[in-house]
Amino acid sequence: MPQTITLEVTRYSPESDTEPRTQEFEVPCHKEWVVLDALNHIKNELDGSLSYRWSCRMGVCGSCGMMVNGEPTLTCAAFLHSYAPGPIRVEPLRYFPVVRDLVVDITDFLSKLQKIKPWIVREQEKPLSEGEYLQTPQELDTFKQFSMCINCMLCYSACPVYGLEPDFTGPAAIALAQRYNMDSRDQGTAERLEILSQEEGIWGCTFVGECTKVCPKNVDPAGAIQQYKLAATMDWFKSVLMPWGAK
Amino acid sequence: MRSAGGYTEYHPRWYRKRVSTYWWLHSWAYFRFILRELSSVSVAYFVVLTLFQIRALTRGPQAYAEFESPLIIVLSVISFLFVVFHAITWFNLTPSAVAIRIGGKRLPDILIAAPNYAAWVVISATVAWFVLGG
Repeated sequence: MPQTITLEVTRYSPESDTEPRTQEFEVPCHKEWVVLDALNHIKNELDGSLSYRWSCRMGVCGSCGMMVNGEPTLTCAAFLHSYAPGPIRVEPLRYFPVVRDLVVDITDFLSKLQKIKPWIVREQEKPLSEGEYLQTPQELDTFKQFSMCINCMLCYSACPVYGLEPDFTGPAAIALAQRYNMDSRDQGTAERLEILSQEEGIWGCTFVGECTKVCPKNVDPAGAIQQYKLAATMDWFKSVLMPWGAK
Repeated sequence: MRSAGGYTEYHPRWYRKRVSTYWWLHSWAYFRFILRELSSVSVAYFVVLTLFQIRALTRGPQAYAEFESPLIIVLSVISFLFVVFHAITWFNLTPSAVAIRIGGKRLPDILIAAPNYAAWVVISATVAWFVLGG
């Protein structure tokens, strides 16, 4: 294993740059170091002006997603030695506007997330005295995979549809909509479908499938979207064939 | 509530990169996706070709013989390869779209994909049996 490894880090200062540039840093290539450790080393020892997001260092918070050698990656889970002998290219998440260096603006994602109502919707809340909404382990299993999303947005950076059509609701938000649709306690499926049956909702997805491949939590957003499409189509057929059926 | 978009107006110099027209050449996965999408042109080609061939059949052997031109044969061979690619890629993707649960457990992918292949073989064999005068 080499003693050091080169990081080619994207720098962008909105005050002085018209477009991003690349700066090279030589960092120690310790066996236990991940790309995020290397960035912290740069920030602490080499150039304190480097800006990037991070928090938990253990793949839970979803803050440190960046493009590593062109792939959307959680930098806390990307060991330096697996990229040896380097260099390692570290860029901000693709398809998002860059605020500074490796920091992107995530407002678009947050507003899309809010639109799909990622919470349990009830037609009528039952009074507290009746207790909690119970759920069997089997009922939990149907949506548990989709609930593991940590909002790291790697799937958005892997999705060319989102890059080309920024209005597309996107993989994580739709997977989370599906997570609540499949929750036995939720009654908001019709409300969400109204939002997601539009062109920029589920039908915008062309099933490239890369969102699923880059997901660090095995959420399978591509699967969630296709299952959503199937359910929406069945609903539509039912409403056409049996218009008298209760919605 | 202050909107989430509020803070962004103080960053007037975001950098936004335009997506290259050739984004699909940047990775094998994207290129494969584009090939899969393009393969539907081959499916359409066979549909149109078959309609023309049926019309030619009603006009006698002379009209049908026109389909034996090298150009149509080469086009058909290329299209056939694309249609096979189309079928295989889509059959392999069906397990992600169809989540069937039996006894609380999701059916394994192979049980969702395999019936597609089985139907493909049975239908192809039936068609071949009719065409070859079985």
